[in-house]
Amino acid sequence: MTQDDDPSGPAEHVRRAIELFLVDPAGMGGIWLRARPGPVRDAVLGWLAPLDPRRVPAQMDDATLDGGLDLAATLTTGRVVTGQGVLAGARPLIVATAERMESGVAARIGHAVDRGGPAVVLLDEGAAEDEAPPPGLIDRIALALPLDTMSYRDLVAPDPARVAAARKRLSHIETPPDLAEALVRIAASLGVASLRAPLRAMAAARALAALDGLAAPGEAQVAQAARLVYAHRAAPLPDEAPPDEAPPPDPTEPPPPGDDAGAGDPADDRVIDGVRTAMPEDLSRALAAMARSRARPSGAGGGERRRGGTRGRPLPSRPGAAGRGRVDVLATLRAAAPMQRMRARPEGGAIVAIRPDDIRLRRYETRADRLVILCVDASGSTALARLAEAKGLAETLLATAYESRDHVAVIAFRGQMAELALPPTRSLARAKARLAGLPAGGGTPLAAGLQAALDLIEQSRRRGMTPALVLFTDGRANIALDGTADRAQAGGDAERLARIIAAHRPAGAVVDTGRRQGRDMRALAQALGLPGVSLCRAGDGAGAVADAL
Amino acid sequence: MTAHVFPFSAIVGQEDMKRAMVLAAIDPSIGGVLAMGDRGTGKSTAVRALAGLLPPIRAVAGCPVASPRPGDCPEWAEIADTRVVSRPTPVVDLPLGASEDRVTGALDIERALTRGEKAFEPGLLARANRGFLYVDEVNLLEDHIVDLLLDVAQSGENVVEREGLSIRHPARFVLVGSGNPEEGELRPQLLDRFGLMVDIASPGDVETRVEVVKRRDAFERAPAAFVRDWAPEDRALRKRIVAARKALKSVEAGDAALRDCAELCIALGADGLRGELTLLRAARALAALEGAPAVDRSHIREVAPMALQHRLRRDPMDEAGSAARIARLIERVFGPVAAAAE
Repeated sequence: MTQDDDPSGPAEHVRRAIELFLVDPAGMGGIWLRARPGPVRDAVLGWLAPLDPRRVPAQMDDATLDGGLDLAATLTTGRVVTGQGVLAGARPLIVATAERMESGVAARIGHAVDRGGPAVVLLDEGAAEDEAPPPGLIDRIALALPLDTMSYRDLVAPDPARVAAARKRLSHIETPPDLAEALVRIAASLGVASLRAPLRAMAAARALAALDGLAAPGEAQVAQAARLVYAHRAAPLPDEAPPDEAPPPDPTEPPPPGDDAGAGDPADDRVIDGVRTAMPEDLSRALAAMARSRARPSGAGGGERRRGGTRGRPLPSRPGAAGRGRVDVLATLRAAAPMQRMRARPEGGAIVAIRPDDIRLRRYETRADRLVILCVDASGSTALARLAEAKGLAETLLATAYESRDHVAVIAFRGQMAELALPPTRSLARAKARLAGLPAGGGTPLAAGLQAALDLIEQSRRRGMTPALVLFTDGRANIALDGTADRAQAGGDAERLARIIAAHRPAGAVVDTGRRQGRDMRALAQALGLPGVSLCRAGDGAGAVADAL
Repeated sequence: MTAHVFPFSAIVGQEDMKRAMVLAAIDPSIGGVLAMGDRGTGKSTAVRALAGLLPPIRAVAGCPVASPRPGDCPEWAEIADTRVVSRPTPVVDLPLGASEDRVTGALDIERALTRGEKAFEPGLLARANRGFLYVDEVNLLEDHIVDLLLDVAQSGENVVEREGLSIRHPARFVLVGSGNPEEGELRPQLLDRFGLMVDIASPGDVETRVEVVKRRDAFERAPAAFVRDWAPEDRALRKRIVAARKALKSVEAGDAALRDCAELCIALGADGLRGELTLLRAARALAALEGAPAVDRSHIREVAPMALQHRLRRDPMDEAGSAARIARLIERVFGPVAAAAE
């Protein structure tokens, strides 16, 4: 396939994006590559070779990032050996498993990008839809490419001669006076809030003009720049938007009438339509998925204790290799001291002879983030009044979660199915709004609710969080996992899932929202391995649940 | 990489944030600024720009804490160069994930291992002395680092007692924190440790946004020329800040002003006296900036939202904006705006 066959095809989109990056890596800041490892990803990364990129892991310590003493080399050679940090160079960084990047590393890379430091290529394997590289970093870089929709055969390589010529021309490309306005209007109409996006799009439009051999970007370049820079930033799903804002336009739908940007000149409208429709459907779907995915914020939470080498409360030091953590100097010297007479005085004037096995590393204990899953039975059998009480208790729990900086998720089950009413978040206002708006009525698909809770528990475990489950139900399951109204099967399904959940040993409680305490409830709580709390004694219900957490 | 700093005067809009930062620069005892809001709204640009705008400080060339006179240098610092030179106001970034060692300073491992000497390697707090310490995404910063920062910011001194070191040095800086509340809220107990708090949003109207983007693009493409174009305005503002710093001591805060501050804080149910003090200091800084001889009600009215909104005893679930609540309260306590001109 040549570039002329399908100018808007996914292959062309990828080729243009890579050419753009090759022409102006600093202007673009970076690329977010969502792709599973494989030949497609390898080929695309191979195209970046002219920039001489450096591959780095997502977890880097201070010395790797900013440079500093290379302890192992210093000790073996007896001379001070310092390394240059990856952020100091101009070589672009290819960051593996960027969706796992810690916010500290992301913040430092972000600053470097702001200062015009190295561009970054974020490799995101996109294993789960709700995993993504840190949002602060995504905001700072121009491009995003979903590669999983591509097949190796379709790939079109960038043209090195065109790129080389464009690099030469780039500094002479003019900026039309209305370029900023056009790109800001398009961004506004797509619900792209950050002001970094139009800036990157301006740089993209100029680089595209350079690639196309023009003196300045024209309408085509503006449209393409908008598509390349904005598509993955299009506003979040309507139900995730803050309540006081109108739902932002879906990139695949026509623009709402009376939109502010609609007042712009017709050329802008054509461009906006272009961003929305000119892309092949699977590509725009993939980009929309990238827009939806959100990385979790990090920070120390109320979950399980963990031991590690970088932060938290100090513990006694242990032997370990330099570079694997922070060296405890006193303990290291103490370990080396008895051996000094036997060891030859090191060259280079050092007084103490330290061997690598003398090194002692500090250890710290931190608490993992905790995710409190509120799984709420909103069925008809949990009468409306009781549901209101359950919501009240849940709000009290939210206040506690806020103080201990927990994440909260809400699952609601009613009718035939369960839904994740609120994905894990720390935004308490959203959690509260979501709870308040839960509709009620219908059957009790307890098994489906438990299934959803189990999925979330497993997901949070994979991310290193500690899940806790608070289940609000009257225990009268009457809808089986497959959606049939069969009380016996429903009970069996629920119990089976409860036992699987119990194997994860979450903290939490089962809150009985029924009028009378039933046998079903006791059995359910037992199967889950969680204490049962009755809502009848509403006063101490919150306290009992809080204790259970 | 560019050595040029975006001019403060060229920042479009964001008046609250700019005002709060200028007031904090006039009177560092106000206790820093917390700016919470959207991404890409120029928070870090504003901090850097403000420091670039401030007059250079006179400091001992080799001093790690930028002491003004050779006699003030900490004794642990082996100072090679004792000339007093002029340097720009320091702005130090505290990155997320920074270790405690890096923040407070620690034993110099390099010298300990290669020369067997016990020496102190100063950290970020030392570098920030007499300048600004900027923490982006402060809401994601680890608690023990935040505690440490706020302690030092309040005492003005950094004390390191570990690994056989016993070191102290001055660490007086204006703490500026920023963050996006969508990604996690700041612990309530930390909120009121910041002097002023402002909410920032990316501008909603297209014209303002276009202007922001145009200026930024112009700056990035030709920084030297851009900075030159804005130099007169920056200079004028610098003059006002310098004059306000001088005038600060002579600005009167009469009984009426103190009473106003107290009444407002009582009506709000703001805990402790910190709110009143900050309100008064901010109002005084504003009066100084405006060249007024004394603090009057209009100054208090103007700074009250940023001085008090984060001190409300608040329900974490409350969705109403705190700034709006304060505005309503001011109306109630002081009467409508027209009457404030008295």
